[in-house]
Amino acid sequence: MSLKRTPLFDAHVALGAKMVPFAGWEMPVQYEGILSEHIAVRNGAGLFDVSHMGQIEVKGLEAEQAINYLTCNDVSLIEDGRAQYSAFLNENGGIVDDLIVHRNSPNNYLLCVNASNLEKDYQWLIKNNKFDAEIKNSSDDYAQLALQGPGAAKALSEALGFELSSIKRFAFSESVFFDEKVLIARTGYTGEDGCELYIPEAAATKFWDALVSLESVVPCGLGARDTLRLEACYPLHGHEISDSINPLEAKLNWIVRLGSGDFIGREALLQIKESGISRKLIGFKVEGRGIVRDGAELFDEAGDLIGFVTSGTKTPSFEKPIGMALVAKGSAKVGSNITARVRGRDVQLLVIKLPHYKGI
Amino acid sequence: MEIPEGLKFTKEHEWVRIEGDTAVVGISHFAQDELGELVYFEPPEVGNVIEKGASLCVVESTKAASDVYAPIGGAIVEVNPDLGESPSLVNESPYNTGWMVKLSSVNKEELGELLSVEEYRDFTTKG
Repeated sequence: MSLKRTPLFDAHVALGAKMVPFAGWEMPVQYEGILSEHIAVRNGAGLFDVSHMGQIEVKGLEAEQAINYLTCNDVSLIEDGRAQYSAFLNENGGIVDDLIVHRNSPNNYLLCVNASNLEKDYQWLIKNNKFDAEIKNSSDDYAQLALQGPGAAKALSEALGFELSSIKRFAFSESVFFDEKVLIARTGYTGEDGCELYIPEAAATKFWDALVSLESVVPCGLGARDTLRLEACYPLHGHEISDSINPLEAKLNWIVRLGSGDFIGREALLQIKESGISRKLIGFKVEGRGIVRDGAELFDEAGDLIGFVTSGTKTPSFEKPIGMALVAKGSAKVGSNITARVRGRDVQLLVIKLPHYKGI
Repeated sequence: MEIPEGLKFTKEHEWVRIEGDTAVVGISHFAQDELGELVYFEPPEVGNVIEKGASLCVVESTKAASDVYAPIGGAIVEVNPDLGESPSLVNESPYNTGWMVKLSSVNKEELGELLSVEEYRDFTTKG
């Protein structure tokens, strides 16, 4: 089966992007280079095609109840026009996927889920939906762009005449540009200010061109997307979070509303909270030589295996490589040294407080 | 990028150039382009003896680590001292200042098994 292409495929190729397979799509991993794109987002404005992400609509009289049952957070805590970071949990409290819920109204929600989990998420939602709410996979209808960086607001204003300051962080607004209805959300995955645009698929190139033609906007690929989110310590499903990792271990307690009513996984989390989590997400910086990547085993000073790296690489904002890891609780206090085994060699790490980088 | 004359190549995109009694080893322009910007170079131990095809050293981009394989066997006599600070030299100048390792006492017969510049050019354009 061939890879899917977003409506911007030709635009990426024309810009000289290196295209790679990702979650069944042919996506740009870089244009000029991962490092320069990363730096552009930290200092200016970067534009990402994230049309591969999944969009699921939940509508109906019991949409709010459905979402509150299917996710661990509580959408009654946000007003219309606000977005909320959340997660679908399985019966064991493990994370099926993380997502952003946009609340249009009590009966109307747009969910943005990971490209790699879209089919799984959709089937899981259908299976577990016992409410008067319709769940629709609308991913084919939407293209999605992310404009990120301290220069994003200015670029957005220049290209579309929209003032990002008119919406609060994690709020969104539906507006019309080029005769198209677009949802602009002040969200992102880079640790910088900026927005994500949900655009009708057929109009994607109009918006891409309007933004990328600005001198201040740099096209950025999935490579930079990963180094940016790692610095900001945002989890990536399959790494810091997964079906076998629960939100309490992953430092996502803040999205879990145990007091707000029943949801899938609540029982399991109550038990875990009662007995205490056995492992915990930590951050590290490499003190020795080399890059320590996901999967690397970690050892304490006594030489005992304490866990493994969930993500790690060399990123532009820091002199030494950084990463995150899941380790036995109490085995790696902030300020202590632990050891990673990399290709048969021991590399010393310093455990540090998260996040690595805080932009916004 | 023009490939300098006199180099021999492997199908894994390493090149070797004989300079008197030493063999200089690096990776091709094609390879550095595939890998992306290098952020780390893990050097081998000077003095070690290496067999043809064994992992000589490792280069890393933000996305992955890649082994560089010895195009011919020999003893490691020198490692490019600039690659520790500036691994991106390999991207900028893969055939020149981005050289990686020098070998001595090489098995010159093994050179015959490698691709010529023209053969390598064909190999990488047919992709």
